[in-house]
Amino acid sequence: MLDLEFMRLAFAAGAIVGVLAPTVGFFLVQREMSLIGDGIGHVAFAGVAAGYLLGVSPVWTALAAAIVGAAGIEWLRSRRRAAGDQALAIVFYTGIAGGVVLISAAGALNANLFSYLFGSILTVTRSDLVVIAVLGIGALMVVAVLMRALVSVSLDEEGARVAGLPVAALNGLISMLAALTIGVSMRIVGILLIAALMVLPVIAAQRVAWSLRSTIGLSICFGLLSVLTGLTVSYYGNLPPGGTIVLTGTGVFLATSSLEALRR
Amino acid sequence: MSLALQFKGVDFSYGQGPRVLGGVDLAVSEGEFVAIAGPNGGGKTTLLRLALGLERPSRGEVLLFGEPARSFGNRTAIGYLAQRTRIGVHAPATVREVVEAGRAALRLVGRLRREDHEAVEEALERVGMLHLARRPLSELSGGQQQRAFIAKALAARPALLVLDEPTTGVDVEAQDALGGLLNRLHGELGVTILYVSHEFGAVEQFVERLVLVRERIVFDGPPSQLPGVWHDPSHTHA
Repeated sequence: MLDLEFMRLAFAAGAIVGVLAPTVGFFLVQREMSLIGDGIGHVAFAGVAAGYLLGVSPVWTALAAAIVGAAGIEWLRSRRRAAGDQALAIVFYTGIAGGVVLISAAGALNANLFSYLFGSILTVTRSDLVVIAVLGIGALMVVAVLMRALVSVSLDEEGARVAGLPVAALNGLISMLAALTIGVSMRIVGILLIAALMVLPVIAAQRVAWSLRSTIGLSICFGLLSVLTGLTVSYYGNLPPGGTIVLTGTGVFLATSSLEALRR
Repeated sequence: MSLALQFKGVDFSYGQGPRVLGGVDLAVSEGEFVAIAGPNGGGKTTLLRLALGLERPSRGEVLLFGEPARSFGNRTAIGYLAQRTRIGVHAPATVREVVEAGRAALRLVGRLRREDHEAVEEALERVGMLHLARRPLSELSGGQQQRAFIAKALAARPALLVLDEPTTGVDVEAQDALGGLLNRLHGELGVTILYVSHEFGAVEQFVERLVLVRERIVFDGPPSQLPGVWHDPSHTHA
């Protein structure tokens, strides 16, 4: 399997995605914003469609749309213009509706579009890998440097504000990192399923972890396990990688839930 | 002695809503241990939010250590225990991880240094939680969780400790232990303490001063001078 270059590229990109998605997802789950990735993903779909219409690489238009969508959700939420789930609903439906209209206008309802929606192991190019590596590793470094501040805001947002932490900027940063993760991951997992890779490994890890550090560590392990196993199954079963990766993540969640039940 | 907190003729309403506080004048000296009490909806939480600079007064002025509270620069001088019914994360945070978060504003980026670890150890020791430092907070009692959050508030070595409804979800025995702990911290550290709660019985025997808020300040003095009918009936002290 690894004799083939496209599989080596898919595994290399998948390894970065497998680490990045749960790392960013950890903060979304703690802030009870597990579905924000889904909302941003649907806006990214509109971005892909806009890319086809404009004749620009859909990767970049999707990334730009995801960042705009994330900023929109955070703005609506922080200004209390709409409750958290309502803000998400507005962005979610506007994104999918915009995407459908733009795709139709571009006449791009084809198999290539499906590779963006559900991922494809055939489509990762060397230049894709460079983009994924630069953006993904950059995002991970930002999280590593600001880890304590981000954890502090998640633990007690008002306490962090009183202590003088830049809470609004840190909340905005998390939303931007979520958008970046979706942009980076869509070639492998697909924009409709990437949110699951941000959330499932974290929920699974929380079942068996004993601290915040172990939760993050186990989330990354489970994310990597899901991506690498899912890509392998996808290759041998000729299945879309997004689905196999997410179903592997569901399997990991069921396993850790069983382990938790046995320990009680 | 200089003032830690000062309200000068403060009125406050939320937007165009009814007045929540009116004509509040209050001065808290550095090193005082003050309980701020009153009925739910009486304005004590609003008073606390004004004191912390989280709200802007409709009229008047709020000063923290002589500076306007809204633009007070040395925020790490404030140790704050927010009202809560549960920890803000779903993941199993250990006591030490919670207390380490109290150093975040001082060490925004990078790893904690030796002085940070020393401050965390000291805070854990002061609240008697050193032996529980590696335990997940969710496995501890309400009283122990509250002690962990007090240690978090102490980790930045504050000059002002503000506690909002610290006895929420804590049984009466643990409330009394909390009162004793705060009294000891006040004695050992000389820190100014604002204890804001609708029930003040846990600290009634320790505080030098009790302030009752019901839209305005209706009582300000030693608890011994409080009219009998206003005493907190949930606690009796021998």
